[in-house]
Amino acid sequence: MSDDPSARTTPRKSATFSDDVNSDIRRAAQTGIYDIRGGGAKRRVPHFDDLLFLGASISRYPLEGYREKCDTRVTLGTRFAKKPIELDIPITIAGMSFGALSGPAKEALGRGASDAGTSTTTGDGGMTEEERGHSKKLVYQYLPSRYGMNPDDLRRADAIEIVVGQGAKPGGGGMLLGQKISDRVAEMRNLPKGIDQRSACRHPDWTGPDDLEIKILELREITNWEKPIYIKIGGARPYFDTTLAIKAGADVVVLDGMQGGTAATQDVFIEHVGQPTLACIRPAVQALQDLGMHREVQLVISGGIRSGADVAKALALGADAVAIGTAALIALGDNDPRWEAEYNALGTTAGAYDDWHEGLDPAGITTQDPELMARFDPIAGGRRLRNYLNVMTLEAQTIARACGKNHLHNLEPEDLCALTVEASAMSGVPLSGTNWVPGRQGY
Amino acid sequence: MQTIDMATTSLRELNETLQAQSQATNQTQWQIDNPKGSHAMAVGLDAPIEVTIKGSTGYYCGGMNKQAVITIDGSAGPGVAENMMSGKVVIEGDASQYAGATGHGGLLVIKGNASSRCGISMKGIDIVVHGNIGHMSAFMAQSGNLVVLGDAGDALGDSLYEARLFVRGNVKSLGADCIEKEMRSEHLEILGALLEQADADARPEEFKRYGSARQLYNFNIDNASAY
Ligand SMILES: Cc1cc2nc3c(=O)[nH]c(=O)nc-3n(C[C@H](O)[C@H](O)[C@H](O)COP(=O)(O)O)c2cc1C
Repeated sequence: MSDDPSARTTPRKSATFSDDVNSDIRRAAQTGIYDIRGGGAKRRVPHFDDLLFLGASISRYPLEGYREKCDTRVTLGTRFAKKPIELDIPITIAGMSFGALSGPAKEALGRGASDAGTSTTTGDGGMTEEERGHSKKLVYQYLPSRYGMNPDDLRRADAIEIVVGQGAKPGGGGMLLGQKISDRVAEMRNLPKGIDQRSACRHPDWTGPDDLEIKILELREITNWEKPIYIKIGGARPYFDTTLAIKAGADVVVLDGMQGGTAATQDVFIEHVGQPTLACIRPAVQALQDLGMHREVQLVISGGIRSGADVAKALALGADAVAIGTAALIALGDNDPRWEAEYNALGTTAGAYDDWHEGLDPAGITTQDPELMARFDPIAGGRRLRNYLNVMTLEAQTIARACGKNHLHNLEPEDLCALTVEASAMSGVPLSGTNWVPGRQGY
Repeated sequence: MQTIDMATTSLRELNETLQAQSQATNQTQWQIDNPKGSHAMAVGLDAPIEVTIKGSTGYYCGGMNKQAVITIDGSAGPGVAENMMSGKVVIEGDASQYAGATGHGGLLVIKGNASSRCGISMKGIDIVVHGNIGHMSAFMAQSGNLVVLGDAGDALGDSLYEARLFVRGNVKSLGADCIEKEMRSEHLEILGALLEQADADARPEEFKRYGSARQLYNFNIDNASAY
């Protein structure tokens, strides 16, 4: 062998067998069990970043940034409910389970959302006083597990969300491992302490859209037809699922794409099942339009919403509002570099910490451990969330004004172009610099 | 006795009237005529009243009941007494699928047979079935008691948590993690009381008890084939 370096190739790692892939293989070989984690899909998929707004031009004139109004209000549940939900901003807090999150974290979500004029959502495990008490508008999830489900909380809620699926795991149930089943969580769920708790993936007392229609009737009858009924679906078959949800009698459809977070699920599920958020919106809007229900049944989009630009893009594609999960947790302080030393001790780093199910969260948010929980101040957390929601709203307004819109809902697909062929095909807006939308003619 | 005729009353009026009854109501006896299999009848009640439905009901009759005693003088459709909190629901005939699903409390009595998934995910409710029950009954049942005077279908008590199952007849098969357990005196006592409350003509000694082997409570890779 020659000592001359130019006679050798540089070490080259495989794109197929990357460091991540190899570590997955080693982990599986060592433990014999699949990886469970929180969060959403980490792979890159076409997303809102692949869309741009065109802005104003000779044919579209803009609104004056600090003078002309750009309205942000939205009403959810106008179809059947006697008491629709009126929100100041079209950004809601997605359902996150008590059990996955601590009581103070739930309180902070309620405080921040209420200050910003929007709603929060319960999650698997039932309604807590922290959340009801601090949320002016609270959506109560009706999940397959029915943990803590009862008619009094149903009536205390401002809306009911029937969870059929979640973007992170369409077709999967919930998971809360024994470490996080404290006395309080166990009692709310009516289960022994310390056991792994798996929430069912299907509802126990209905299957299919015809049953769902009757289930909705029952819930409306129990709550005097007051509450808006949302149906939450994962991004699986958005056109058909939206159609069926509308036919079953939904007031609101919540559609969660594959980047949507979860408290804990198999990594293989998170990364390989479901469609990207971007690909879900237009088919859902099409379903609403085909049934003459666009804006009559409201569409809430979630899964990877991070900024006012994302909000504006989702709305321009036809959504009425968005929901945020992961971003809200980050605003509260999840994965904050200030805890870097502790993340390192857990074998990870700020920004990558996703073992929320283990209950060891240094930031004290995704835990039931009293000492860790005490690190988190719900009042300061609520303030941070409020600030963040306000900034997102200002950002979305900035874009809407630039596009000449006096309400965020006036944004439209014609305000957008796509940066990639994929994003263009998925979102149905033309590829930048062309009038071409792959898969469609005569757009 | 107050009578409501479903031939001339809407479902909304029926439920609104029954739900409006307060703790101290003087109108404690209600009869519902001509139910004709309507869905969601007498749901969300919360008062110590007695409601007798003269005929068969559709889905979710007595759903989320609190306090009320509801008698169905006929058969009941799917999800009867689903998520009941307290009170009592009695079905003179048969019950369809998911009877008593996710119930948190109260007593459900089925004088005839119950279909599949009876007591699915039950969370504290007591259910007494005079006849037989279908497959996958008490799936993921968390707590409460399911008493069956007849036979049980396939996969009884699959993925069971802490609910107690008592069956007098044959069990076609047991589901994952469900095993026969010793009948101790405290169980005979619970069972005796339930049989009495349910007007059931049987002796506790004739039953076998089934419960969770608790092998699937914490995930263990060696059990993967059981799921
Ligand atoms: C910690 C955590 C817990 C969650 N718990 C629930 C739940 O109980 N029920 C539910 O429908 N969705 C749950 N979700 C999903 C969210 O409701 C929402 O669909 C998702 O977070 C949206 O995507 P995003 O995280 O990218 O904003 C959870 C998400 C997170 C991050």
